[in-house]
Amino acid sequence: MTFLHYFRAFRGIVWRELLRFLQQRERFLAALVRPLIWLIIFAAGFRAALGISIIPPYETYITYDVYITPGLLAMIQLFNGMQSSLSMVYDREMGSMRVLLTTPLPRWFLLISRLFAGVLVSLFQVYTFLAVAWLCGVELPPWGYVTALPALILTGMMFGALGMLLSSTIKQLENFAGIMNFVIFPMFFASSALYPLWKMREGSWILYEICFYNPFTWAVELIRFAFYQKMNWEAFAVVAGCTVVFLALSVWAYDPSRGIQQRKAMGPAGG
Amino acid sequence: MDDSSTGAAGTSQPVLSVQNVSYWYGTKQALDDVSFDVYPGRVTALLGPNGAGKTTLFSLITRLFDAPYGRIEIDGRAASDWGFKVLGPLGVVFQQPTLDLDLSVKQNLRYFAALRGLDRHEADKRMDKALTSLDMHERIGEKVRALNGGHRRRVEIARALLHSPKLLLLDEPTIGLDDPTREAIVRHIHDLAVDDNIGVLWATHLFDEVESKDDLVVIDKGRVVARGDVAAIEKETGSDSLAEAFRRLTGHGVGEVAA
Repeated sequence: MTFLHYFRAFRGIVWRELLRFLQQRERFLAALVRPLIWLIIFAAGFRAALGISIIPPYETYITYDVYITPGLLAMIQLFNGMQSSLSMVYDREMGSMRVLLTTPLPRWFLLISRLFAGVLVSLFQVYTFLAVAWLCGVELPPWGYVTALPALILTGMMFGALGMLLSSTIKQLENFAGIMNFVIFPMFFASSALYPLWKMREGSWILYEICFYNPFTWAVELIRFAFYQKMNWEAFAVVAGCTVVFLALSVWAYDPSRGIQQRKAMGPAGG
Repeated sequence: MDDSSTGAAGTSQPVLSVQNVSYWYGTKQALDDVSFDVYPGRVTALLGPNGAGKTTLFSLITRLFDAPYGRIEIDGRAASDWGFKVLGPLGVVFQQPTLDLDLSVKQNLRYFAALRGLDRHEADKRMDKALTSLDMHERIGEKVRALNGGHRRRVEIARALLHSPKLLLLDEPTIGLDDPTREAIVRHIHDLAVDDNIGVLWATHLFDEVESKDDLVVIDKGRVVARGDVAAIEKETGSDSLAEAFRRLTGHGVGEVAA
């Protein structure tokens, strides 16, 4: 196996995921419409009702739509991570996962390539959303669009790895909707995406604790700080740590000698 | 009939060697001490009823599962020693369709070629050759979803040949196809084995897909019950036909289509 083989395989996996994404216009529209509804309708209503005090990384008062934008970006990436997971379950049921897994390349490489392809798709969605948000009057620091990129790549990898791990535990495509609702909505609502954590603590100490230990909170904060060219090391450590753990468990689950995959790879028919 | 190798033993090194392989799903034994070899330029038919363990065996050879008991060597390399690298000379057509329905024939084949490390130019050249030999070249731009079952199978065979494999595994590749399509695929694979010197392992439960010159491994309830060439097995069992030999070996008939 040469470096060129690895490179071509990586390029092929990314190319296939992009092709599939471009063919699924509904998926692209849904990825945009969902956060836009939050931004245009929800944030507009809360703009008047909810004041955001000056908290890091902000150095002045900001509008509510500016506050929730990082949370909406993380939501796009979380949905995309789940969509990638759904795509992996679909591939397994349709059999095309076997083509990937019988390639003479290590499983970890194949899974990371697939993960990176999903991150690229999520970045495309995120920056399209940011363009629409800008047209709607959401003003973020101009350099923030660049400095947020590494943070968005890392958060995209964390959500993608989480989706990959979930895909290894889901036995059938039909079970996926339940899992998505069980994961996405609690993660999004029980985080700092909609309100700062100090406001949560005022309302409920238990809820604050839940939000504090939710990796989604730290993904949102990493993106939020990055937009203002600041580094939140605590958020970075949590997001990077979760990415490594989720990815390691996924590789373990897809290993042929152990893990969950072994029970399922047979499929419905067997001679 | 009870040798560990099939008809071409001694003429060349096997391209696939399965030695004493056993496998369990929990407490249920799916394979029991299975051994046989596949040689270059020859078709080895793995004949057995549904549930005999053929697909489990394919999953072990392709490393979808690891084989905890026994040894599997592809082109002289053991999976336990070489890991994923043993899959290099392997082409596979699974029983379950594995094409991406939303991509075109060309996109599916290019994706596979990339996974096998072929550059775009070389991939296109081989794609043209493989599809032409299977009379599928004019469908190259069509979405797989628009193809019928027989055409999809041909595309899968073309895909499995793109990287010039030394060993081709086919797990009941003609399931659900009409007779003329089945016959054409059987013929093509037999020609291919000889012309390109590929070792073929063909899992089937249909007697008429086994040719008299093929090597044969009969498997039932996870055990190899006979091995050798067709004539030798018929003679050993005192049978006039493969169907009858199979009935005597396993206690039941399997072929929906008589030879």
